[in-house]
Amino acid sequence: MAITDTQTRTDAEAPAPVEKERLRRLLAAGERPAPPSAFASARAFAWRSMLKIKHVPEQLSDILIFPIMMLLMFTYLFGGAIAGGTGDYLQFLLPGIMVMSIVMTTMYTGMSVNIDIHKGVSDRFRTLPIWRAAPMVGYLLADVFRYAAAGAIMFGTGMVMGYRPDGGADGVLLGVALLLVFCFSFSWLWTWLGLITRSEKTVMSISMSILFPLTFLSNVMVDPSTMPGWLQPVVENTPISQLVDGVRGLFDGTADSGAIVTTLIWSAGFILVFGTLTVRAYNRR
Amino acid sequence: MSNPDIAIRAEGLVKHFKDIKAVDGVDLSVPAGTVYGVLGPNGAGKTTTVRMLATLLRPDAGTATVFGHDIVSDPAAVRTQVSLTGQYASMDEDLTGLENLVLLSRLYGYSKPAARSRASDLLEAFGLTFAAGKQAKAYSGGMRRRLDIAASIIITPKLLFLDEPTTGLDPRSRNQVWDVIRTIVGEGTTVLLTTQYLEEADQLASRIAVIDTGKVIAEGTPGQLKSSVGAGSIKLRLHHTDQRDHARQVLADALGAEVELDDDPVALTALLPPGQDTAAQGSHALGELSREGILVDDFSLGQPSLDEVFLSLTERTDA
Repeated sequence: MAITDTQTRTDAEAPAPVEKERLRRLLAAGERPAPPSAFASARAFAWRSMLKIKHVPEQLSDILIFPIMMLLMFTYLFGGAIAGGTGDYLQFLLPGIMVMSIVMTTMYTGMSVNIDIHKGVSDRFRTLPIWRAAPMVGYLLADVFRYAAAGAIMFGTGMVMGYRPDGGADGVLLGVALLLVFCFSFSWLWTWLGLITRSEKTVMSISMSILFPLTFLSNVMVDPSTMPGWLQPVVENTPISQLVDGVRGLFDGTADSGAIVTTLIWSAGFILVFGTLTVRAYNRR
Repeated sequence: MSNPDIAIRAEGLVKHFKDIKAVDGVDLSVPAGTVYGVLGPNGAGKTTTVRMLATLLRPDAGTATVFGHDIVSDPAAVRTQVSLTGQYASMDEDLTGLENLVLLSRLYGYSKPAARSRASDLLEAFGLTFAAGKQAKAYSGGMRRRLDIAASIIITPKLLFLDEPTTGLDPRSRNQVWDVIRTIVGEGTTVLLTTQYLEEADQLASRIAVIDTGKVIAEGTPGQLKSSVGAGSIKLRLHHTDQRDHARQVLADALGAEVELDDDPVALTALLPPGQDTAAQGSHALGELSREGILVDDFSLGQPSLDEVFLSLTERTDA
């Protein structure tokens, strides 16, 4: 007859008991490093966002696939009708569609802020003795990295499709830099919205109703001179059209300093107004 | 101006959410270096009070200081003294246990290598090394609590808020958390503990404030509170249903106690008046019952439960 071997299982999945002696030593060490600088704390939050990309890589796919889709769709859909051929149209469209699709993905920041704020983790961050804007700046720094990735992918796809920038590598890099500065600044609108709205769905619907008119009523897809006279001054002066003029000029080697300066002023304005509102909303919650 | 022996002083704290008075004039005085229990049912205003003291919510009225720093006018100074373990896990669920602690250590100003070693030391002390590389969302309730508390002592705080630290934990995890709290207090940290369980407050706290519908309805040492409610109760199950009325009479006469008939037709409970030795009264009661020929199947002595504390305290304030 077989003897059943009863073994005491050592369960590697169960937590070990708390080691009181070790805990006591850790508590007694009483070490208090100097608090981190504003930049260091923002960088720590940016690192957190990068880790989240590592653990949940799906979140990157929206941001990378959407721009490529936009580029392919609009080039081959409108190219023939608007410019008489996809090649010429791509030359016109690429800088604009890059602005449009990346600016559209900025709204994800507001949704992440909103999701965070409804979880316990934001309570912990808010009781830390750190720069109050650090979590938001951290988010935005990581997002700028994502936008840069999206920009690179769109540009690469454009090159494959036959796009050639007359502004050379310098022009392209400066153009992308201008776009990233604008996205970083513009996103403060979303961080504020993320803090004051009830749910991420609300954030999404409000962002959409701002972003759609803002990006379509622009010079991204068509030349505003083809629009009705009363609409032209409106369209030409939105921050998106100014940004597109700035980026397009840099890409084409015909830099439009007026549009670049206006874009930078808009950027400063967004940070000033919505950055302030964001920090205020964050403190009041 | 500030008294170093007082960790928290709160006067008339009020917080309304729309029409609900979540906190309606709470006064607290928490001595430094002790565990102070805030006891109350769900919705009593415990969490809202803690959130105000931890600078997460601005009070609508009233004042409070934490080690002399005003929570409204100088929240930054308060934040250097406190840490909070909230009722719901305050960890980033997507990050691993180690990453969570490294992130927070960085935010407390540790350099990258120092943050890593502090984080690993804490995981080891809390018995979580085996789960260091797992995402926090995969942690069990007890493990999350530990990770949460570990995060709260990355820098030994002068004051630690623990909001219902054992709600939903199994008894073994609960005992572990109790041990951790005792160790933390042993090293000089003041702990403000909220709980729904009288037993927990009794085990850990040197003083307790009982809070209900946003107000402190009683305050004192656990002993004072319990004796204000009654010495405890004697619960009986009889062998014969028809002896219950007789038993009730015997107990009332022998103990001078109020006797309640339970829903169970063989059970009854005698509530002992304050200031009596429960054990002595219990054996006295048994003796009387057997002399009267009443057969007892089950007999137990009980401490006043939180329900009884509340019933008694709210009855008194209603009267």
